[in-house]
Amino acid sequence: MKKVTAFITVGALGLTFSGTLMAADDYITLASTTSTENSGLFDAIIPTFTEETGIEVRVVAVGTGQAFEIGRRGDADSLLVHDTAGEEQFVADGYATERLDVMYNDFVIVGPSADPASIRDSDTATDAMQRIAESESPFASRGDDSGTNRAELRLWEDAGVTPQGEWYRELGSGMGPTLNTAAGMDAYTFTDRATWVAFKNPQDLTLLFDGDEALFNQYGSLLLSKERHPHLKHDLAAQWHQWLVSEQGQQAIADYEVDAQQLFFPNAE
Amino acid sequence: MNAHHTPPVAALELDSVSFIHRGHTLLKPTTLRLAGCQRTLIMGPNGAGKSLLMRLAHGLLTPTNGTVRWQGEPPPQAMVFQRPVLLRRSALDNLTFVLAINKTPRPELKGLSRKAQAMSALEKFGLPHLARRPARVLSGGEQQRLALARAWLLNPQVLFLDEPTSALDPAAIKAVEDAVLEFHHSGTRIVMTTHDLHQARRLANDVLFLHNGELLEHTLANDFFKAPASRDAEAFIRGELVW
Amino acid sequence: MLTSDNAFSTALALILNMDDALISIVVLSLQVSLMAVFIASLMALPLGAALALWRFPGRNVVIVALNALMGLPPVVAGLCVYLLLSRAGPLGEWGLLFTPTAMVIAQVILVLPIIAALTRQQVEALHGEYAEQLNSLGLTRSRMIPTLLWDARFALLTVILAGFGRASAEVGAVMIVGGNIDGVTRVMTTSIVLETSKGNLPMALGLGIILLTLVTMINAIAHVIGETAKRRLG
Repeated sequence: MKKVTAFITVGALGLTFSGTLMAADDYITLASTTSTENSGLFDAIIPTFTEETGIEVRVVAVGTGQAFEIGRRGDADSLLVHDTAGEEQFVADGYATERLDVMYNDFVIVGPSADPASIRDSDTATDAMQRIAESESPFASRGDDSGTNRAELRLWEDAGVTPQGEWYRELGSGMGPTLNTAAGMDAYTFTDRATWVAFKNPQDLTLLFDGDEALFNQYGSLLLSKERHPHLKHDLAAQWHQWLVSEQGQQAIADYEVDAQQLFFPNAE
Repeated sequence: MNAHHTPPVAALELDSVSFIHRGHTLLKPTTLRLAGCQRTLIMGPNGAGKSLLMRLAHGLLTPTNGTVRWQGEPPPQAMVFQRPVLLRRSALDNLTFVLAINKTPRPELKGLSRKAQAMSALEKFGLPHLARRPARVLSGGEQQRLALARAWLLNPQVLFLDEPTSALDPAAIKAVEDAVLEFHHSGTRIVMTTHDLHQARRLANDVLFLHNGELLEHTLANDFFKAPASRDAEAFIRGELVW
Repeated sequence: MLTSDNAFSTALALILNMDDALISIVVLSLQVSLMAVFIASLMALPLGAALALWRFPGRNVVIVALNALMGLPPVVAGLCVYLLLSRAGPLGEWGLLFTPTAMVIAQVILVLPIIAALTRQQVEALHGEYAEQLNSLGLTRSRMIPTLLWDARFALLTVILAGFGRASAEVGAVMIVGGNIDGVTRVMTTSIVLETSKGNLPMALGLGIILLTLVTMINAIAHVIGETAKRRLG
């Protein structure tokens, strides 16, 4: 019995301490959004990049607001988010030296198949939002200052609606949890198409409105400032930044599909 | 019985020692002197202050007033309690434990390994077959003898015992009393409390009698039992004074 | 539709297929939590014992604070460690953010109060029982610490297991300081959050079942060791 105890103890300690040996590979830390992570895009394109350059990309997936904060603090080497206005501000504030268009997709509005607000018939996104507000149908908002959330709020503004009341539920959550909650409460919600297509728990939710130009969702890559944070791996990050807009990168993005649907459309200049 | 120790056991002096706890005087100012190698039994009804006096003498408690003083260097002492306090280890390991702390072995055991010293102590107290047994599963009498073996290894000049046999059956009582006599025979002064008159008659050279926190008598045993000086003591010997 | 059937069958399928990604997630989870408990114990056991044995002004305040910290929300601990380790923070030079080391640090902060507070309680009780005898034997309080800790070992094993339970169950701290990076800082609990956010509920629950099974196995092993030792040593 003593031997078994000794074996288990040594095994446990060995297991414990082996973790302290971390390989010091070439890698960069990329702060990106939960929508890109949840869609599975990174699992598809990063291996291609790593094979070509030998650089590992470690993705920290958070809301856009948090991604900007991580960038400001110098905790990430590169940013890939979808809030053009915010990105431009980020450059203007001196945290990044460059912002490039990488890819786009669109936002969609999903909701219960019965569609109590009849948004299927809407012509425009703002009209759909107005109908939801007027019918006071339950609407689940991310409420987390993410790119998606900011886009949703811009639409409410354009629709001339101040969303408030019992029907408008601000969850403070990522896209996935918001979809889970919306599915559970049979509510409308505003989501990017990529997360929606890859989402596996829609329950009664279906896609009810899409196609309006206003739902255009642009993703941008940020090259961080050497001056602000000299310790970052600028050279490696620059390779990633350039690769995204290169032919190989753009092709890798275009090739990514879920259920035979392309989720992201490369549009670098 | 003359002391076989050289040098002789240091004398213990209590000078107006009293103990007050939360406003209650548990021990009234007490002055006494214990000298020589005697078997001193402290007697009295429950709540008289016997255990308290012992703890003050041994240094476990600090008196509220007065001083406890040894003539010369305080000698090595040991104490055995009413309920033996043993560690969650084997009997043998309980003994080697004190040897690790107390590095002055008994002269007759000098040069032996700790394990050998411990085994020798177990043999002396009739417990060698229990060496590997968990100390806590031993019987009450065996545990108390183990506590005595442990005290033995400390080579004490004074051994305090606080009602060591009150929880034991007659056979165990005899074994413990024999052990106490063994200690005394090798030159250790015994200071022991008891509420058992017969035990006192068997063991005492001299007697301290307490009642209600007051030391009423300090005399030779024979004198005490034949002609006690106080009425309380008289009543106690007749078995009438219980508290 | 999520039924307990799919969850269990997913869990089973996961275990049987045991792909590298899953293995590395399981191994990392164990490494982080076991390491955190180990380090926390090294500090918390003597700390708890010392707190039990020494009286000093403000002792009660320390005890209350320690007890209260047992309920420290993991996400708060994570946030504090994040602010410490972030490049913009005081320890940014160390570059520890988004590494397993940061996760261990955060979990040590969560586990230490539990082990210290419960150790204090155990040692205090034991001390009450032993104090007179140990004083009589001439032990100083410092010397009593290892003696009492060893004597309380069976109860302390449970205390350490409680700490391990807390570490392996939490997600708030490791998510913030680790970043849930695939292949680097992704552990079981953060995987469950990720799969849930993808709507992949059977997978999430399956991972949950594996996590529970793992923790149960560890508790069972500890129990057997404890019981066997107890039987041999009263």
